[in-house]
Amino acid sequence: MKKLFNYNEADSFVHNLCGVSKLIGFLAMTFTVMLTFDVRVIGVVMVLAVLTFRVSGIKLRDLKVVLYYISFFVTLNFIMTFIFDPGYGVRLYGTEHVLFAITERYTMTEEQLFYQLTKISKYAATIPFGLLFFLTTHPSEFAASMNRIGLHYKVAYTVSLTLRYLPDIYSEYQIISKAQQARGLEMSKKQKLGKRIKEYFKMIFPLIMSSLDRINNISDAMDLRGFAKHNKRTWYHTRKLSRDDIMVIIFTVTIFAGSVAVTIFINHGRFWNPFI
Amino acid sequence: MFKFNTRTLVATAIGAALFTVLFMYVKIPSPVANTEFHTAYAIGSFFAVVFGPISGFLIAFIGHALSDTFLWGSAWWSWVIASGVAGFLFGLAKKWIDSESGVFGLKEILIFNAVQAVSHLIAWVIVAPLLDILIYSEPVNLVFAQGFVAFISSAIATGVFGTLLLLAYSKTRTKEGSLE
Amino acid sequence: MKQEPAVGFSDFTFKYFAQSKPTLKNINLTINKGEKILIIGPSGSGKSTLGNCINGLIPHSYKGKIEGSLLVAGKNPSALKISDLSKSIGTVLQDTDGQFVGLSVVEDIVFALENDLVPTPELKRRAAEVAELVGLGSVLKNSPQEVSGGQKQRTSLGGVLVDDVDILLFDEPLANLDPATGKKAMELIDDIHRKSGKTVIIIEHRIEDVLHRDVDRIVLMHEGEIVADMAPHDMIASDLFFRFGIREPLYVTLLKYAGINITPEMNPAYMSSIDIDSHKEEILRWYRAEEIDLPEAKGDETLGVKNLTFAYTSRKILKDINFSIKKGEMLAIVGRNGAGKSTLSKLICGFEKGHSGEILFNGENAGSRSIAERATVVGYVMQNPNHMITEHRIFDEIALGLRLRGIGDEEIAERVEKTMRICGLERFMKWPISALSYGQKKRVTIASILVLEPEILILDEPTAGQDYRHYTEIMEFLKELNRELGITIILITHDMHLMMEYTKRSIVLSEGELIADTDSSDVLTNVDIVEKGSLKETSIYHIARHIGIENPKSLVDRFISHEASLRRDK
Repeated sequence: MKKLFNYNEADSFVHNLCGVSKLIGFLAMTFTVMLTFDVRVIGVVMVLAVLTFRVSGIKLRDLKVVLYYISFFVTLNFIMTFIFDPGYGVRLYGTEHVLFAITERYTMTEEQLFYQLTKISKYAATIPFGLLFFLTTHPSEFAASMNRIGLHYKVAYTVSLTLRYLPDIYSEYQIISKAQQARGLEMSKKQKLGKRIKEYFKMIFPLIMSSLDRINNISDAMDLRGFAKHNKRTWYHTRKLSRDDIMVIIFTVTIFAGSVAVTIFINHGRFWNPFI
Repeated sequence: MFKFNTRTLVATAIGAALFTVLFMYVKIPSPVANTEFHTAYAIGSFFAVVFGPISGFLIAFIGHALSDTFLWGSAWWSWVIASGVAGFLFGLAKKWIDSESGVFGLKEILIFNAVQAVSHLIAWVIVAPLLDILIYSEPVNLVFAQGFVAFISSAIATGVFGTLLLLAYSKTRTKEGSLE
Repeated sequence: MKQEPAVGFSDFTFKYFAQSKPTLKNINLTINKGEKILIIGPSGSGKSTLGNCINGLIPHSYKGKIEGSLLVAGKNPSALKISDLSKSIGTVLQDTDGQFVGLSVVEDIVFALENDLVPTPELKRRAAEVAELVGLGSVLKNSPQEVSGGQKQRTSLGGVLVDDVDILLFDEPLANLDPATGKKAMELIDDIHRKSGKTVIIIEHRIEDVLHRDVDRIVLMHEGEIVADMAPHDMIASDLFFRFGIREPLYVTLLKYAGINITPEMNPAYMSSIDIDSHKEEILRWYRAEEIDLPEAKGDETLGVKNLTFAYTSRKILKDINFSIKKGEMLAIVGRNGAGKSTLSKLICGFEKGHSGEILFNGENAGSRSIAERATVVGYVMQNPNHMITEHRIFDEIALGLRLRGIGDEEIAERVEKTMRICGLERFMKWPISALSYGQKKRVTIASILVLEPEILILDEPTAGQDYRHYTEIMEFLKELNRELGITIILITHDMHLMMEYTKRSIVLSEGELIADTDSSDVLTNVDIVEKGSLKETSIYHIARHIGIENPKSLVDRFISHEASLRRDK
């Protein structure tokens, strides 16, 4: 937790972009994929994701753990969806092409498979941009970027302060929990639930009280240096938008607009139906 | 109740950092397989009652988004928003509970738990499933089943932990008015 | 024309709303422009409250009732906004972590300017200027987790200097620093004072360390009142420190032991100015009068560390550490922040795992024991008692460890009561913990560990931030535990007075290596160790050098042995 998000300074097209253009790009791609159920549009975003990863120079093996979690989650969701509603695809697309049947209820259709694969592609297409944003943007730029796209500066500064004190609170949590373990507290499944809850409570109570102690000191320090004097503030970590930045913003917003257009004019809805 | 001065801002940031740490590391295994009690919501409810709904919303929203990002690389927005809604609603309890006074009796416990249970209900049985359907077009019965499990486990965790926290906190308050 | 003062209190009284009695009573104090003032007093004397009145936190953040008048730079702080006050007065708070709100050094330095809507290019220019002034040029991009305590403080200082304030207020600037860093901090403050002519107000109770450089006046506070306001030499020569429970500089104590009457004419306020030459003979006579009598530790090894090496990922935190501690010893582990002291204690207690080498409890390898199992041999007391306390009542807090170990109620009652007696807590039996003072809370946490009957106690900075009276109280208590119960006590500390007065032996770590394991008096008089360990020579060392004692350690030993005999007589 010493370094948040494992952010590493590097010199690549993606790293060199302003935080704000990356934030806009990330949001544009996220909204695009959230909106549409058209695999062709999602496919375009996925190709972009792969290309951006290439350009950023980030290696996939650095993300092994994250990818493992994601594939687990996606698989679980795939199975759960089928268990809970195997006929959902048929109702969505209005046709039925049976692939194979396990029982009468659990019949896999082309429609169900297509729906579930579309959904997986939706997850798969959004996650890379989130990762890219956090891996290539200096945490200091978050707050300034959020303020720049219109969030109130107090909200933006709250995020910045959260990131500032997160590592401190994490290491405090560790040492407190170890010291309590030395007294005999355990965080394991061995005890009955009631006792377990009590022990967890004793483990985190000192952490909460000492966190409350911090609040006064920090807010004094901020008041003493004129925080919230005006209704806005400037930021050390902002840069003028470069030509690349403007291109990225225009490009990603265009894609979002394109997917809106596809939704309205081509698909007449969020779904693309290849079965009709 | 809705003011957001420097102290509230700092409390929110610290609360969000605590929420993140607890969300990621302090989950109590429950007797039912594959479900856990998130102590983080108790922290969220505690801060919301002390510092108000805006603080509660931001703590849960930022905390949930950050821990999702650390764990998965990306936030699961529908549930992050639901968390924020729950945080906001917890804060409405501030209207009836004056945490600084050191009074936290049976009446306050009941109010707190009623508010937190309803908040979780709205967040997990209404907001989260609807957003899941809207964004990911998930099957209706799946998202409501998930939402219901989340509602029960979160409400229990918040009820037990949040009540304990507010009780312990109110005990530290009683003394301060009468310092020599 | 008479110049208007920087700060002027007249008949000023302040009472917090939450309290029944005023914290500041009838304060009359004038601080002139360009002066450098030291405000001292035991904890609870009101010195920090006085500071908060000057910088405007009172009444803007902490409410209360004000009588009388206060002018800061000619204006009444109550009538101004706190943000406007911040243009004329800059405060460096004691809690350097709380004050460091930026995600990096440079962002924290420009924080005030960002709030003032200074455009980004200008921010960069000013940040570079200030960083140069406070010596942070090379770490501008570092996060708060990546800089040392001293650098954090410099960042805070930079963060107020960036506004070109007229008055600088330092609230306990030495509290979190190791001796060498504290010395450098006082030098930096002094240099800025000389170069800029700003008014400087320092609130601190570690007099000797502040008086490393000159101050114009010392103001002594006690129970909310100013009891003295005088020139440093006069103050040191008076009996005020003794009367109000403040520790005088060590070299002054030594001269007094030697029977020398301290007068203002000796210029006694600074080690660099005091007249030692005319008293050389008296000191030497005292030095030779008595045999040095310091008992050696004997007994079996209770804790052994052999070839201990530990690394986080690829960075080595501890390199091949070896030492052996005997039963009943009381010793110090010292070194700068990040030297590996806390990692070492965490490894001993089992909080961290994955080391190579051996940790031996009574000759047995402790490697496979769990945290809870180790706790019955070695108890760890955290620096901040609030980090350990979970219960509402003292009895329950002390009983917690026993209850978790499934011991019967009767035995618990017996052991807890015994421990409370030992710790002098029996009269608080029914009290809630929240009603206790910091020092008493510390006792409760020590008791909650002691009740598990460990053979060794490790205490992390037991006296940090404590005034002389609380310091003495805590240390005498530990000494008693050590002597009466034979418990081995390991103190992790920055405090050189503590090393000298209470620990015969010190282990010095520097960058993960053990660079000294010897008598404390040796450590404090060895220039090489002092420098590497980020310590400071004791002022007695300078006296020894000055009067030509060949081996300065022996004068320190003589001092320690004299103090020990004084204590025995008491």
